[in-house]
Amino acid sequence: MKAFAYERARTPAEAAAAVAREPGAKFIAGGTNLLDLMKLDIETPTHLVDVNGIGLDEIGKADGGGLRIGALVRNTDLAADRTVRRDYPVLSRALLSGASGQLRNRATTAGNLLQRTRCPYFYDTDQACNKRLPGSGCAALGGFSRHNAIVGVSDACIATHPSDMAVAMRVLDAVVETVDPQGQTRAIPIADLHRLPGETPHIEHTLKPGELITAVTLPKPVGGRQIYRKVRDRASYAFALVSVAAIVQRDGTGSIAMGGVAHKPWRVDAADAALPQGASAVASALLSGARTTHDNAFKKPLAERTIAAVLVEAGRPA
Amino acid sequence: MDIDPHDTTPQGPLETRVSRRKVLIAGTVSAAAGALPAMATLANEATAPAEARPVAMAKVNLEVNGATRSLELDTRTTLLDALREHLRLTGTKKGCDHGQCGACTVIVDGRRINSCLTLAVMHEGSRVTTIEGLGKPQRLHPMQAAFVKHDGYQCGYCTPGQICSAVAMLDEVKAGIPSHVTADLTARSKLSAAEVRERMSGNICRCGAYSNILDAIDEVAGGLA
Repeated sequence: MKAFAYERARTPAEAAAAVAREPGAKFIAGGTNLLDLMKLDIETPTHLVDVNGIGLDEIGKADGGGLRIGALVRNTDLAADRTVRRDYPVLSRALLSGASGQLRNRATTAGNLLQRTRCPYFYDTDQACNKRLPGSGCAALGGFSRHNAIVGVSDACIATHPSDMAVAMRVLDAVVETVDPQGQTRAIPIADLHRLPGETPHIEHTLKPGELITAVTLPKPVGGRQIYRKVRDRASYAFALVSVAAIVQRDGTGSIAMGGVAHKPWRVDAADAALPQGASAVASALLSGARTTHDNAFKKPLAERTIAAVLVEAGRPA
Repeated sequence: MDIDPHDTTPQGPLETRVSRRKVLIAGTVSAAAGALPAMATLANEATAPAEARPVAMAKVNLEVNGATRSLELDTRTTLLDALREHLRLTGTKKGCDHGQCGACTVIVDGRRINSCLTLAVMHEGSRVTTIEGLGKPQRLHPMQAAFVKHDGYQCGYCTPGQICSAVAMLDEVKAGIPSHVTADLTARSKLSAAEVRERMSGNICRCGAYSNILDAIDEVAGGLA
Protein backbone atom coordinates (compact mmCIF):
# COMPACT_ATOMS: atom_id res chain seq x y z
CA MET A 1 0.00 0.00 0.00
CA LYS A 2 1.25 3.49 -0.86
CA ALA A 3 1.66 5.92 2.03
CA PHE A 4 -1.08 8.49 2.55
CA ALA A 5 -1.91 11.31 4.91
CA TYR A 6 -5.03 10.83 7.03
CA GLU A 7 -7.52 13.26 8.48
CA ARG A 8 -10.91 13.03 10.13
CA ALA A 9 -13.58 15.38 8.82
CA ARG A 10 -16.26 16.74 11.19
CA THR A 11 -18.92 17.89 8.73
CA PRO A 12 -19.94 16.93 5.17
CA ALA A 13 -18.90 20.33 3.82
CA GLU A 14 -15.52 20.09 5.55
CA ALA A 15 -14.99 16.62 4.08
CA ALA A 16 -15.83 17.78 0.55
CA ALA A 17 -13.53 20.79 0.86
CA ALA A 18 -10.70 18.62 2.20
CA VAL A 19 -10.88 16.20 -0.73
CA ALA A 20 -11.05 19.07 -3.23
CA ARG A 21 -8.04 20.76 -1.61
CA GLU A 22 -5.64 17.81 -1.77
CA PRO A 23 -4.78 16.38 -5.19
CA GLY A 24 -5.15 12.60 -5.05
CA ALA A 25 -7.39 12.71 -1.98
CA LYS A 26 -10.31 10.34 -1.43
CA PHE A 27 -13.10 9.89 1.07
CA ILE A 28 -13.02 6.76 3.20
CA ALA A 29 -16.16 5.46 4.91
CA GLY A 30 -16.50 1.69 5.42
CA GLY A 31 -13.30 1.17 3.47
CA THR A 32 -14.16 -2.43 2.58
CA ASN A 33 -13.63 -1.85 -1.14
CA LEU A 34 -11.14 1.01 -1.09
CA LEU A 35 -8.64 -0.69 1.25
CA ASP A 36 -8.88 -3.91 -0.72
CA LEU A 37 -7.90 -1.95 -3.85
CA MET A 38 -5.22 0.07 -2.03
CA LYS A 39 -3.49 -3.13 -0.92
CA LEU A 40 -3.20 -4.06 -4.60
CA ASP A 41 -2.01 -0.56 -5.61
CA ILE A 42 -5.08 -0.23 -7.84
CA GLU A 43 -6.21 2.74 -5.77
CA THR A 44 -3.32 4.93 -4.62
CA PRO A 45 -4.77 7.96 -2.80
CA THR A 46 -2.24 10.40 -1.34
CA HIS A 47 -4.66 11.57 1.31
CA LEU A 48 -7.65 9.94 2.99
CA VAL A 49 -10.47 11.96 4.48
CA ASP A 50 -12.32 9.81 7.02
CA VAL A 51 -16.02 10.67 6.88
CA ASN A 52 -17.15 8.28 9.62
CA GLY A 53 -17.51 11.11 12.12
CA ILE A 54 -19.65 13.51 10.07
CA GLY A 55 -23.10 12.17 10.96
CA LEU A 56 -25.29 11.14 7.99
CA ASP A 57 -25.94 7.81 9.68
CA GLU A 58 -29.69 8.05 10.19
CA ILE A 59 -32.78 6.88 8.34
CA GLY A 60 -35.72 9.26 8.43
CA LYS A 61 -38.71 10.62 6.58
CA ALA A 62 -38.26 12.43 3.28
CA ASP A 63 -40.54 15.02 1.68
CA GLY A 64 -43.59 13.56 -0.05
CA GLY A 65 -43.89 10.51 2.16
CA GLY A 66 -40.57 8.97 1.14
CA LEU A 67 -37.53 7.78 3.05
CA ARG A 68 -34.18 9.53 3.48
CA ILE A 69 -31.21 7.24 4.04
CA GLY A 70 -28.01 8.84 5.32
CA ALA A 71 -24.91 8.15 3.24
CA LEU A 72 -23.18 6.48 6.18
CA VAL A 73 -25.99 4.12 7.18
CA ARG A 74 -24.37 0.69 7.24
CA ASN A 75 -25.73 -1.98 4.91
CA THR A 76 -26.76 -4.14 7.91
CA ASP A 77 -28.75 -1.30 9.46
CA LEU A 78 -30.45 -0.36 6.20
CA ALA A 79 -31.45 -3.97 5.51
CA ALA A 80 -32.79 -4.36 9.06
CA ASP A 81 -34.67 -1.06 9.23
CA ARG A 82 -38.35 -1.69 10.02
CA THR A 83 -39.65 0.79 7.47
CA VAL A 84 -37.41 -0.57 4.73
CA ARG A 85 -38.47 -4.13 5.50
CA ARG A 86 -42.14 -3.20 5.39
CA ASP A 87 -42.30 -0.61 2.60
CA TYR A 88 -39.23 -1.27 0.44
CA PRO A 89 -38.55 -5.00 0.90
CA VAL A 90 -36.76 -5.25 -2.45
CA LEU A 91 -34.04 -3.07 -0.93
CA SER A 92 -33.68 -5.24 2.20
CA ARG A 93 -33.55 -8.36 0.06
CA ALA A 94 -30.90 -6.92 -2.27
CA LEU A 95 -28.70 -5.82 0.63
CA LEU A 96 -29.00 -9.15 2.41
CA SER A 97 -28.00 -11.03 -0.73
CA GLY A 98 -24.71 -9.13 -0.95
CA ALA A 99 -21.35 -9.70 0.74
CA SER A 100 -21.08 -11.23 4.23
CA GLY A 101 -22.34 -10.24 7.67
CA GLN A 102 -18.95 -8.76 8.55
CA LEU A 103 -18.79 -6.65 5.38
CA ARG A 104 -22.39 -5.43 5.65
CA ASN A 105 -21.60 -4.24 9.18
CA ARG A 106 -18.98 -1.83 7.78
CA ALA A 107 -20.09 -1.05 4.22
CA THR A 108 -22.08 2.16 3.83
CA THR A 109 -24.92 3.24 1.59
CA ALA A 110 -22.84 5.71 -0.42
CA GLY A 111 -19.79 3.45 -0.52
CA ASN A 112 -21.91 0.60 -1.84
CA LEU A 113 -23.12 2.82 -4.70
CA LEU A 114 -19.58 3.85 -5.60
CA GLN A 115 -17.86 0.48 -5.20
CA ARG A 116 -15.78 -0.58 -8.16
CA THR A 117 -16.06 -3.53 -10.50
CA ARG A 118 -14.76 -6.98 -9.56
CA CYS A 119 -13.69 -7.72 -13.15
CA PRO A 120 -10.64 -10.02 -12.69
CA TYR A 121 -8.63 -7.97 -15.18
CA PHE A 122 -9.27 -4.75 -13.26
CA TYR A 123 -7.87 -6.52 -10.21
CA ASP A 124 -4.83 -8.03 -11.95
CA THR A 125 -2.26 -5.26 -12.41
CA ASP A 126 -0.31 -7.39 -14.90
CA GLN A 127 -3.25 -7.33 -17.31
CA ALA A 128 -4.55 -4.70 -19.70
CA CYS A 129 -7.52 -2.76 -18.31
CA ASN A 130 -8.82 0.53 -19.64
CA LYS A 131 -10.56 1.19 -16.36
CA ARG A 132 -7.39 0.82 -14.27
CA LEU A 133 -4.94 2.17 -16.86
CA PRO A 134 -6.73 4.13 -19.59
CA GLY A 135 -5.57 3.19 -23.06
CA SER A 136 -4.04 -0.14 -22.04
CA GLY A 137 -6.79 -2.24 -23.62
CA CYS A 138 -9.33 -4.70 -22.26
CA ALA A 139 -8.08 -8.18 -21.41
CA ALA A 140 -11.61 -9.30 -20.50
CA LEU A 141 -12.65 -9.20 -24.17
CA GLY A 142 -11.58 -12.63 -25.30
CA GLY A 143 -10.51 -13.49 -21.75
CA PHE A 144 -12.24 -15.15 -18.80
CA SER A 145 -15.43 -13.16 -19.06
CA ARG A 146 -18.30 -15.22 -17.69
CA HIS A 147 -18.94 -12.58 -15.02
CA ASN A 148 -18.78 -9.63 -17.41
CA ALA A 149 -21.42 -7.37 -18.91
CA ILE A 150 -23.63 -8.11 -21.91
CA VAL A 151 -25.49 -4.82 -22.39
CA GLY A 152 -24.26 -1.24 -22.59
CA VAL A 153 -20.75 -2.54 -23.24
CA SER A 154 -18.07 -0.93 -25.41
CA ASP A 155 -14.88 -2.05 -27.13
CA ALA A 156 -13.01 -0.48 -24.23
CA CYS A 157 -14.73 -2.24 -21.32
CA ILE A 158 -17.18 -5.02 -20.45
CA ALA A 159 -17.04 -4.65 -16.66
CA THR A 160 -20.16 -4.88 -14.51
CA HIS A 161 -21.23 -2.79 -11.55
CA PRO A 162 -21.15 -5.28 -8.68
CA SER A 163 -23.74 -3.80 -6.32
CA ASP A 164 -26.99 -5.55 -5.43
CA MET A 165 -28.26 -2.59 -3.39
CA ALA A 166 -27.95 -0.21 -6.33
CA VAL A 167 -30.17 -2.45 -8.50
CA ALA A 168 -32.94 -2.27 -5.91
CA MET A 169 -32.48 1.49 -5.60
CA ARG A 170 -32.73 1.78 -9.38
CA VAL A 171 -36.05 -0.05 -9.47
CA LEU A 172 -37.25 2.14 -6.59
CA ASP A 173 -36.33 5.38 -8.46
CA ALA A 174 -33.97 6.51 -5.72
CA VAL A 175 -32.41 9.97 -5.78
CA VAL A 176 -28.83 10.63 -4.66
CA GLU A 177 -28.19 13.84 -2.70
CA THR A 178 -24.73 15.42 -2.68
CA VAL A 179 -22.77 18.38 -1.39
CA ASP A 180 -19.84 19.83 -3.34
CA PRO A 181 -16.68 21.54 -2.05
CA GLN A 182 -18.38 24.94 -2.36
CA GLY A 183 -21.20 23.74 -0.14
CA GLN A 184 -23.72 23.50 -3.01
CA THR A 185 -26.17 20.62 -2.83
CA ARG A 186 -27.88 18.79 -5.66
CA ALA A 187 -30.12 15.77 -6.24
CA ILE A 188 -29.19 13.20 -8.89
CA PRO A 189 -31.69 10.54 -10.03
CA ILE A 190 -29.90 7.21 -9.58
CA ALA A 191 -30.33 6.54 -13.31
CA ASP A 192 -27.90 9.42 -13.91
CA LEU A 193 -25.33 8.55 -11.23
CA HIS A 194 -23.48 5.73 -12.96
CA ARG A 195 -22.09 6.00 -16.49
CA LEU A 196 -21.72 3.47 -19.26
CA PRO A 197 -18.09 2.65 -20.13
CA GLY A 198 -17.92 4.11 -23.66
CA GLU A 199 -14.37 5.22 -24.40
CA THR A 200 -13.74 6.32 -20.82
CA PRO A 201 -14.49 3.36 -18.52
CA HIS A 202 -12.27 4.86 -15.79
CA ILE A 203 -14.91 7.59 -15.31
CA GLU A 204 -17.64 5.63 -13.58
CA HIS A 205 -20.03 8.21 -12.19
CA THR A 206 -21.19 11.77 -12.70
CA LEU A 207 -19.97 13.20 -9.39
CA LYS A 208 -17.51 16.09 -9.54
CA PRO A 209 -14.14 15.98 -7.75
CA GLY A 210 -14.77 16.41 -4.03
CA GLU A 211 -18.54 16.02 -4.39
CA LEU A 212 -19.80 13.91 -1.49
CA ILE A 213 -22.95 11.80 -1.37
CA THR A 214 -24.90 12.82 1.73
CA ALA A 215 -28.07 10.75 1.39
CA VAL A 216 -30.21 8.56 -0.82
CA THR A 217 -33.93 9.27 -0.86
CA LEU A 218 -36.69 6.89 -1.86
CA PRO A 219 -40.09 8.07 -3.12
CA LYS A 220 -43.18 7.20 -1.14
CA PRO A 221 -43.86 3.45 -1.03
CA VAL A 222 -45.44 1.99 -4.17
CA GLY A 223 -46.51 -1.33 -2.68
CA GLY A 224 -46.73 -4.32 -5.00
CA ARG A 225 -44.85 -7.57 -4.75
CA GLN A 226 -41.20 -6.65 -4.34
CA ILE A 227 -38.69 -9.31 -5.24
CA TYR A 228 -34.91 -9.47 -5.52
CA ARG A 229 -33.61 -12.65 -7.07
CA LYS A 230 -29.87 -13.21 -7.41
CA VAL A 231 -28.22 -16.05 -9.33
CA ARG A 232 -24.62 -16.78 -8.41
CA ASP A 233 -21.98 -19.49 -8.41
CA ARG A 234 -22.54 -20.40 -4.75
CA ALA A 235 -25.47 -20.04 -2.40
CA SER A 236 -24.02 -17.18 -0.36
CA TYR A 237 -21.26 -14.58 -0.37
CA ALA A 238 -20.72 -14.28 -4.13
CA PHE A 239 -21.33 -11.61 -6.74
CA ALA A 240 -24.28 -11.98 -9.08
CA LEU A 241 -24.09 -13.65 -12.46
CA VAL A 242 -27.45 -12.00 -13.02
CA SER A 243 -29.92 -10.51 -10.59
CA VAL A 244 -33.43 -9.16 -10.97
CA ALA A 245 -35.13 -6.51 -8.85
CA ALA A 246 -38.83 -6.21 -9.57
CA ILE A 247 -41.90 -4.48 -8.23
CA VAL A 248 -45.02 -6.11 -9.63
CA GLN A 249 -48.51 -4.73 -8.99
CA ARG A 250 -51.68 -6.81 -8.87
CA ASP A 251 -52.55 -5.89 -12.46
CA GLY A 252 -49.16 -7.06 -13.71
CA THR A 253 -47.69 -3.61 -14.27
CA GLY A 254 -44.57 -2.52 -12.45
CA SER A 255 -40.88 -1.94 -12.81
CA ILE A 256 -37.84 -4.14 -13.26
CA ALA A 257 -34.05 -3.71 -13.15
CA MET A 258 -31.14 -6.08 -13.54
CA GLY A 259 -27.73 -6.48 -11.98
CA GLY A 260 -24.73 -8.43 -13.24
CA VAL A 261 -25.36 -7.53 -16.86
CA ALA A 262 -24.06 -3.96 -17.27
CA HIS A 263 -21.71 -1.24 -16.09
CA LYS A 264 -24.61 0.21 -14.10
CA PRO A 265 -27.91 -1.04 -12.65
CA TRP A 266 -29.81 -1.85 -15.84
CA ARG A 267 -33.33 -0.63 -16.40
CA VAL A 268 -35.16 0.01 -19.68
CA ASP A 269 -38.55 1.77 -19.98
CA ALA A 270 -39.74 -0.68 -22.64
CA ALA A 271 -39.07 -3.59 -20.28
CA ASP A 272 -41.23 -2.02 -17.56
CA ALA A 273 -43.98 -1.59 -20.17
CA ALA A 274 -43.61 -5.24 -21.26
CA LEU A 275 -44.04 -6.66 -17.74
CA PRO A 276 -47.69 -7.73 -18.24
CA GLN A 277 -46.62 -9.66 -21.37
CA GLY A 278 -44.25 -11.99 -19.54
CA ALA A 279 -40.58 -12.86 -19.25
CA SER A 280 -39.79 -13.26 -22.92
CA ALA A 281 -41.01 -9.78 -23.82
CA VAL A 282 -39.33 -8.26 -20.76
CA ALA A 283 -36.00 -9.97 -21.48
CA SER A 284 -36.12 -8.90 -25.13
CA ALA A 285 -36.61 -5.30 -24.11
CA LEU A 286 -34.01 -5.35 -21.34
CA LEU A 287 -31.35 -7.11 -23.38
CA SER A 288 -31.99 -5.43 -26.72
CA GLY A 289 -28.63 -4.88 -28.42
CA ALA A 290 -26.84 -7.30 -26.09
CA ARG A 291 -23.28 -8.17 -27.05
CA THR A 292 -22.00 -11.30 -25.41
CA THR A 293 -18.64 -13.06 -25.32
CA HIS A 294 -18.10 -16.79 -25.70
CA ASP A 295 -17.95 -17.04 -21.91
CA ASN A 296 -20.97 -14.97 -20.93
CA ALA A 297 -23.48 -15.79 -23.70
CA PHE A 298 -25.28 -17.93 -21.09
CA LYS A 299 -26.38 -14.76 -19.31
CA LYS A 300 -29.06 -14.05 -21.94
CA PRO A 301 -31.12 -17.22 -21.38
CA LEU A 302 -30.29 -17.08 -17.66
CA ALA A 303 -31.67 -13.53 -17.49
CA GLU A 304 -34.92 -14.55 -19.17
CA ARG A 305 -35.36 -17.55 -16.89
CA THR A 306 -34.62 -15.49 -13.80
CA ILE A 307 -37.19 -12.92 -14.90
CA ALA A 308 -39.68 -15.75 -15.44
CA ALA A 309 -39.00 -17.09 -11.94
CA VAL A 310 -39.54 -13.62 -10.48
CA LEU A 311 -42.86 -13.19 -12.30
CA VAL A 312 -44.08 -16.56 -11.05
CA GLU A 313 -43.04 -15.63 -7.51
CA ALA A 314 -45.04 -12.43 -7.95
CA GLY A 315 -48.10 -14.51 -8.86
CA ARG A 316 -48.00 -13.76 -12.57
CA PRO A 317 -47.74 -16.11 -15.54
CA ALA A 318 -44.11 -16.47 -16.64
CA MET B 1 15.67 10.03 -25.33
CA ASP B 2 13.27 12.17 -23.33
CA ILE B 3 11.48 10.28 -20.61
CA ASP B 4 8.60 11.63 -18.63
CA PRO B 5 8.61 9.61 -15.41
CA HIS B 6 5.02 10.65 -14.69
CA ASP B 7 3.77 9.43 -18.01
CA THR B 8 2.18 6.07 -17.39
CA THR B 9 0.30 5.74 -20.64
CA PRO B 10 0.67 2.15 -21.67
CA GLN B 11 2.10 2.19 -25.15
CA GLY B 12 5.26 4.19 -25.72
CA PRO B 13 6.33 5.64 -22.39
CA LEU B 14 6.03 2.52 -20.24
CA GLU B 15 7.76 0.47 -22.93
CA THR B 16 10.39 3.14 -23.34
CA ARG B 17 11.05 3.23 -19.64
CA VAL B 18 11.49 -0.49 -19.48
CA SER B 19 13.82 -0.65 -22.46
CA ARG B 20 15.84 2.31 -21.17
CA ARG B 21 16.24 0.52 -17.89
CA LYS B 22 17.42 -2.60 -19.68
CA VAL B 23 19.90 -0.55 -21.69
CA LEU B 24 21.21 1.08 -18.54
CA ILE B 25 21.60 -2.20 -16.72
CA ALA B 26 23.38 -3.70 -19.72
CA GLY B 27 25.55 -0.59 -19.92
CA THR B 28 26.43 -0.90 -16.24
CA VAL B 29 27.70 -4.41 -16.74
CA SER B 30 29.98 -3.54 -19.62
CA ALA B 31 31.04 -0.08 -18.44
CA ALA B 32 34.52 0.78 -17.19
CA ALA B 33 34.84 0.69 -13.41
CA GLY B 34 35.09 4.47 -13.12
CA ALA B 35 31.73 4.97 -14.81
CA LEU B 36 29.88 2.45 -12.66
CA PRO B 37 28.57 4.62 -9.80
CA ALA B 38 27.01 7.20 -12.12
CA MET B 39 25.42 4.53 -14.28
CA ALA B 40 24.14 2.68 -11.25
CA THR B 41 22.53 5.86 -9.98
CA LEU B 42 20.81 6.34 -13.28
CA ALA B 43 19.60 2.77 -13.29
CA ASN B 44 18.21 3.24 -9.79
CA GLU B 45 16.40 6.37 -10.83
CA ALA B 46 14.85 4.52 -13.71
CA THR B 47 13.59 1.73 -11.45
CA ALA B 48 12.53 3.90 -8.50
CA PRO B 49 8.80 4.54 -8.14
CA ALA B 50 7.73 7.71 -9.86
CA GLU B 51 6.60 9.11 -6.53
CA ALA B 52 8.31 8.39 -3.24
CA ARG B 53 5.85 9.32 -0.53
CA PRO B 54 6.70 10.18 3.05
CA VAL B 55 5.30 7.78 5.62
CA ALA B 56 2.52 9.43 7.59
CA MET B 57 2.06 8.55 11.27
CA ALA B 58 -1.04 9.06 13.38
CA LYS B 59 -2.06 8.43 16.98
CA VAL B 60 -5.01 6.31 17.94
CA ASN B 61 -6.50 5.09 21.22
CA LEU B 62 -8.32 1.78 21.21
CA GLU B 63 -10.07 -0.08 23.99
CA VAL B 64 -8.91 -3.63 23.34
CA ASN B 65 -10.39 -6.40 25.47
CA GLY B 66 -11.20 -3.86 28.17
CA ALA B 67 -7.82 -2.09 28.30
CA THR B 68 -7.02 1.27 26.71
CA ARG B 69 -4.15 1.01 24.28
CA SER B 70 -2.49 4.08 22.78
CA LEU B 71 -0.60 3.60 19.56
CA GLU B 72 1.25 5.74 17.06
CA LEU B 73 0.99 4.01 13.72
CA ASP B 74 1.84 4.32 10.06
CA THR B 75 -1.57 5.37 8.73
CA ARG B 76 -1.55 2.29 6.47
CA THR B 77 -1.75 -0.08 9.45
CA THR B 78 -4.92 -2.14 9.36
CA LEU B 79 -6.73 -2.92 12.58
CA LEU B 80 -5.60 -6.52 12.06
CA ASP B 81 -1.92 -5.57 11.87
CA ALA B 82 -2.27 -3.21 14.83
CA LEU B 83 -3.64 -6.09 16.91
CA ARG B 84 -1.12 -8.68 15.76
CA GLU B 85 2.07 -6.73 15.16
CA HIS B 86 1.78 -3.85 17.60
CA LEU B 87 -0.29 -5.25 20.46
CA ARG B 88 0.98 -8.83 20.02
CA LEU B 89 -2.55 -10.20 20.11
CA THR B 90 -1.86 -12.95 17.60
CA GLY B 91 -5.06 -14.86 18.27
CA THR B 92 -6.69 -12.92 15.44
CA LYS B 93 -5.48 -14.48 12.21
CA LYS B 94 -4.50 -13.08 8.84
CA GLY B 95 -5.89 -15.32 6.12
CA CYS B 96 -6.53 -13.68 2.77
CA ASP B 97 -6.04 -10.06 3.98
CA HIS B 98 -8.79 -9.04 1.52
CA GLY B 99 -12.04 -9.62 3.40
CA GLN B 100 -12.81 -12.91 1.70
CA CYS B 101 -12.07 -15.53 4.37
CA GLY B 102 -13.17 -14.08 7.72
CA ALA B 103 -10.14 -15.35 9.69
CA CYS B 104 -9.51 -11.79 10.92
CA THR B 105 -13.02 -11.28 12.31
CA VAL B 106 -13.12 -9.25 15.53
CA ILE B 107 -15.97 -7.51 17.34
CA VAL B 108 -15.81 -3.69 17.22
CA ASP B 109 -18.38 -1.73 19.21
CA GLY B 110 -20.52 -4.85 19.35
CA ARG B 111 -20.38 -5.62 15.62
CA ARG B 112 -18.32 -8.30 13.86
CA ILE B 113 -16.09 -6.90 11.12
CA ASN B 114 -13.12 -7.93 8.99
CA SER B 115 -10.18 -6.33 10.79
CA CYS B 116 -8.07 -6.60 7.61
CA LEU B 117 -10.32 -4.16 5.72
CA THR B 118 -10.29 -1.28 8.14
CA LEU B 119 -7.53 1.08 9.24
CA ALA B 120 -6.60 1.18 12.91
CA VAL B 121 -6.63 4.99 12.86
CA MET B 122 -10.31 4.90 11.87
CA HIS B 123 -11.18 3.40 15.26
CA GLU B 124 -10.34 6.14 17.74
CA GLY B 125 -12.14 5.25 20.98
CA SER B 126 -13.59 2.00 19.61
CA ARG B 127 -14.14 -1.06 21.81
CA VAL B 128 -12.41 -4.03 20.20
CA THR B 129 -12.96 -7.60 21.36
CA THR B 130 -10.64 -10.28 20.02
CA ILE B 131 -10.59 -14.01 20.72
CA GLU B 132 -8.26 -13.27 23.68
CA GLY B 133 -10.94 -11.03 25.16
CA LEU B 134 -13.81 -13.50 24.86
CA GLY B 135 -12.39 -16.03 27.31
CA LYS B 136 -9.26 -17.57 28.76
CA PRO B 137 -8.12 -21.21 28.70
CA GLN B 138 -9.21 -21.67 32.31
CA ARG B 139 -12.47 -19.76 31.75
CA LEU B 140 -13.69 -20.26 28.23
CA HIS B 141 -16.49 -18.31 26.61
CA PRO B 142 -19.43 -20.69 26.02
CA MET B 143 -18.77 -20.52 22.27
CA GLN B 144 -15.11 -21.44 22.77
CA ALA B 145 -16.12 -24.35 25.01
CA ALA B 146 -18.69 -25.51 22.44
CA PHE B 147 -16.12 -25.46 19.63
CA VAL B 148 -13.84 -27.67 21.77
CA LYS B 149 -16.66 -30.01 22.73
CA HIS B 150 -17.93 -30.43 19.16
CA ASP B 151 -14.52 -30.50 17.53
CA GLY B 152 -15.41 -27.42 15.48
CA TYR B 153 -12.00 -27.18 13.85
CA GLN B 154 -9.13 -29.16 12.45
CA CYS B 155 -6.10 -26.93 11.82
CA GLY B 156 -7.62 -24.18 13.95
CA TYR B 157 -6.51 -21.25 11.81
CA CYS B 158 -10.00 -19.97 11.00
CA THR B 159 -11.27 -20.74 14.52
CA PRO B 160 -10.74 -17.37 16.27
CA GLY B 161 -12.57 -15.66 13.41
CA GLN B 162 -15.31 -18.32 13.42
CA ILE B 163 -15.85 -17.92 17.17
CA CYS B 164 -15.87 -14.11 17.17
CA SER B 165 -18.20 -14.18 14.17
CA ALA B 166 -20.53 -16.74 15.78
CA VAL B 167 -20.79 -14.80 19.05
CA ALA B 168 -21.66 -11.54 17.26
CA MET B 169 -23.94 -13.38 14.80
CA LEU B 170 -26.13 -14.65 17.65
CA ASP B 171 -26.39 -11.06 18.90
CA GLU B 172 -27.51 -9.99 15.42
CA VAL B 173 -30.28 -12.58 15.53
CA LYS B 174 -31.32 -11.37 18.99
CA ALA B 175 -31.40 -7.81 17.63
CA GLY B 176 -33.83 -8.97 14.94
CA ILE B 177 -31.51 -8.45 11.96
CA PRO B 178 -32.83 -10.57 9.08
CA SER B 179 -30.75 -12.62 6.63
CA HIS B 180 -30.91 -13.64 2.99
CA VAL B 181 -32.73 -16.87 3.92
CA THR B 182 -35.22 -15.29 6.33
CA ALA B 183 -38.60 -16.16 4.80
CA ASP B 184 -40.65 -13.31 6.24
CA LEU B 185 -38.90 -9.96 6.56
CA THR B 186 -41.55 -8.56 8.85
CA ALA B 187 -41.51 -11.48 11.32
CA ARG B 188 -38.94 -12.11 13.98
CA SER B 189 -36.22 -14.40 12.59
CA LYS B 190 -35.89 -17.88 14.05
CA LEU B 191 -32.50 -19.47 14.13
CA SER B 192 -32.32 -22.55 11.92
CA ALA B 193 -29.42 -24.48 10.43
CA ALA B 194 -30.04 -22.68 7.13
CA GLU B 195 -29.92 -19.32 8.94
CA VAL B 196 -26.63 -20.18 10.64
CA ARG B 197 -25.06 -21.36 7.38
CA GLU B 198 -26.09 -18.18 5.59
CA ARG B 199 -25.09 -15.87 8.42
CA MET B 200 -21.70 -17.55 8.82
CA SER B 201 -20.87 -17.56 5.09
CA GLY B 202 -18.24 -14.87 5.61
CA ASN B 203 -16.07 -17.34 7.51
CA ILE B 204 -14.36 -19.92 5.36
CA CYS B 205 -13.00 -23.16 6.88
CA ARG B 206 -10.59 -24.81 4.49
CA CYS B 207 -10.59 -28.01 6.57
CA GLY B 208 -14.34 -28.21 6.12
CA ALA B 209 -15.33 -28.45 9.77
CA TYR B 210 -18.63 -26.78 8.99
CA SER B 211 -20.96 -29.45 10.35
CA ASN B 212 -19.20 -29.42 13.72
CA ILE B 213 -19.11 -25.60 13.76
CA LEU B 214 -22.87 -25.71 13.19
CA ASP B 215 -23.26 -28.13 16.13
CA ALA B 216 -21.24 -25.82 18.38
CA ILE B 217 -23.32 -22.78 17.47
CA ASP B 218 -26.50 -24.84 17.84
CA GLU B 219 -25.56 -25.69 21.42
CA VAL B 220 -24.79 -22.10 22.40
CA ALA B 221 -27.96 -20.85 20.71
CA GLY B 222 -29.95 -23.32 22.79
CA GLY B 223 -31.10 -25.42 19.85
CA LEU B 224 -31.93 -24.57 16.25
CA ALA B 225 -35.40 -24.60 14.81
